[in-house]
Amino acid sequence: MSDPKVRPAIHCRQLTKTYPGRPPVEAVRGVDLEVPVGECFGLLGPNGAGKTTTMEILEGLLDATSGDVEILGRHWGTDDRELRERIGVSLQETNLSDKLTVGEIVKLFRSFFRTGLTISQAIEQVALQEKVNARFSKLSGGQKQRLAIACSLVGDPELLFLDEPTTGLDPQSRRQLWDVISGFRNAGRTVVLTTHYMDEAEKLCDRVAIVDNGKVIALGSPRQLISQLGSEHVLEPSWVNNPPTEAELRTLPSVTLVRREDERYLMSVSEPHLALPALLDFTRQTGRELASLTTRHATLEDVFVTLTGRHLRDGDKGAV
Amino acid sequence: MSHRFTPLIELTLARVREFFREPAAIFWVYGFPLIMAISLGIAFREKPKQQITVDLVGTTEGSRTGELRELLKRDTRFVVHEPTTESWKKRLRDGKTDLVVVASSDPASGDSPWEFWQEPRRAESLLARQAVENLLLKGQGGTVVVIADQELNEAGSRYIDFLIPGLLGMNLMGGGLFGVGFVLVDMRVKKLLKRFLATPLRHSDFLLSVMLSRLLFMVPEILALLGFSWLVFGVQVQGSFLELVAVIILGGFCFAGVGLLIASRATTLETASGLMNLLMLPMYVLSGVFFSSERFPAAMQPLVKALPLTALNEALRGVMLEGESLPALWRPIATLVAWGAVSFVIALRIFRWK
Ligand SMILES: Nc1ncnc2c1ncn2[C@@H]1O[C@H](COP(=O)(O)OP(=O)(O)OP(=O)(O)O)[C@@H](O)[C@H]1O
Ligand SMILES: [Mg+2]
Repeated sequence: MSDPKVRPAIHCRQLTKTYPGRPPVEAVRGVDLEVPVGECFGLLGPNGAGKTTTMEILEGLLDATSGDVEILGRHWGTDDRELRERIGVSLQETNLSDKLTVGEIVKLFRSFFRTGLTISQAIEQVALQEKVNARFSKLSGGQKQRLAIACSLVGDPELLFLDEPTTGLDPQSRRQLWDVISGFRNAGRTVVLTTHYMDEAEKLCDRVAIVDNGKVIALGSPRQLISQLGSEHVLEPSWVNNPPTEAELRTLPSVTLVRREDERYLMSVSEPHLALPALLDFTRQTGRELASLTTRHATLEDVFVTLTGRHLRDGDKGAV
Repeated sequence: MSHRFTPLIELTLARVREFFREPAAIFWVYGFPLIMAISLGIAFREKPKQQITVDLVGTTEGSRTGELRELLKRDTRFVVHEPTTESWKKRLRDGKTDLVVVASSDPASGDSPWEFWQEPRRAESLLARQAVENLLLKGQGGTVVVIADQELNEAGSRYIDFLIPGLLGMNLMGGGLFGVGFVLVDMRVKKLLKRFLATPLRHSDFLLSVMLSRLLFMVPEILALLGFSWLVFGVQVQGSFLELVAVIILGGFCFAGVGLLIASRATTLETASGLMNLLMLPMYVLSGVFFSSERFPAAMQPLVKALPLTALNEALRGVMLEGESLPALWRPIATLVAWGAVSFVIALRIFRWK
């Protein structure tokens, strides 16, 4: 067995997947990824970017059209049984058996693995103790999601794949799951997750790959990606009347980029202590009146917008 | 007017479009009744020329039944059969013959009554009895003809006795196909199959568990049917009970295998149920559930006999009605084994796990 310190947990080269059909869908077009052991790695991208497709190829649940995949130094097709014992998977959507209780479902999944957590350990991890005897059909969406995570953890995996683990959860449940995921990673294990939530990626992931149209368009730690924007702050002003042009705003000091979205402007600035007074002066001198003004740190959302001119989530204007 | 009805029209149109874009639905609505009508038409077809089939049993040359044979043969209305074995009872039950005349044990005595076996619930049978009686009356120049009317009425030969094994077979088929096929496709649709695939669970364990649970569900179903028909109708098992259990288990496995085959590629419940119906409904008609499959013309028999439900029904009736043992039923048993094994092997090869 090779040394896990040397071998990456995940290694894939030139991964492509084309779904047959009329017309065929090129869901993944040449993805290279390398995830070292012990990292929490995030796949970030809008709907239909190819995240789930990529995940399922890595999980050995879908055959790639072309490309090489190596998981924990092993290959799908030859070492499946060993790999299955060593990885945990949570799919984007699974309807577990409606008529079984939480406890029964976890017990069933535990029975598939040679070694693993006890059933109560797995249930405690996702704080579902009170629901042990509740049927799956009686759980809320968030509770179902947590149960799915418990099922992915019950084999005590070295490598965990989570496809949108926190979608649809309330803030408290999300934070609870973040703790579970961080705890797993802090124990030296590897996590690959997909998400739409920027804050989640920034908080949990050591590195993220931003995926769009089946390609990785940016790769690095959230901090790196944001700092590559050149300006780590964002001003969001809006005016009561007579909105200025983007060119006018771009002349203000330390402003690197201006985008307009209806009434609202997004101004990337490197030094807010210079840009902010200048913006207020500009407003007063041109006889305008500010309707609102927010300042914030740049996020991965801004990275995505800068790279593609689109938002990660359609119709969801940058609200992170 | 214009707006009031647009939603109605649009909705109706949408339904019509949906319907015609589902080829399976078109088949079920239009094609299937046609096929049913054709098959039933063939089974209960009008004979080109209405003829009366009479079986003569134990006829010897020169006896009075020998004379009857000559009379019948000269009359074009009659078709005469002379079954050598006891198979005449089965022929009468299956409707292959209308009347059976059994030569009395004492052929010399002209006074002893004629032994006429008939199926009084069938018009053809009554007609045949009447026709033969008339023939005898004419032949004997008006002397009284004494007839001892017999019917197959002992337990084991009534219609209910015929029906129960058929229903049992039908249950095993429906349960096997739905209990395995539907369940697997449902799991595939719900992505539960994919979720299981993501664990070290062995494929064979998974499939076996589905088949085993199906066999378990079968137990109360069968006990209920057999118990009920025994209590209410006095239907009995003539052969060995253990052999009956063996046939039932074999039938269960056979149809579980076919169910597996149906589930192996289908990705929607509609496809699966369409395929199941496509398989089951012809067998309801052809395989002798409600009436004997012998009614179909000889040219169709090889096809009819090759169907798994025909084989299962034949084996069930063999054990339950004829008291036959398994070696004697090797043909239907081999058919069942073949269907089960071939389906299982193909299903394992083509099963869509991913
Ligand atoms: N089974 C399939 N057959 C055909 N096309 C598919 C199939 N599954 C996915 N696609 C297409 O492939 C593309 C990528 O889908 P994928 O599910 O990987 O996206 P995703 O990034 O996970 O999106 P989301 O954020 O909505 O989950 C989409 O355009 C989708 O329509
Ligand atoms: Mg997805």
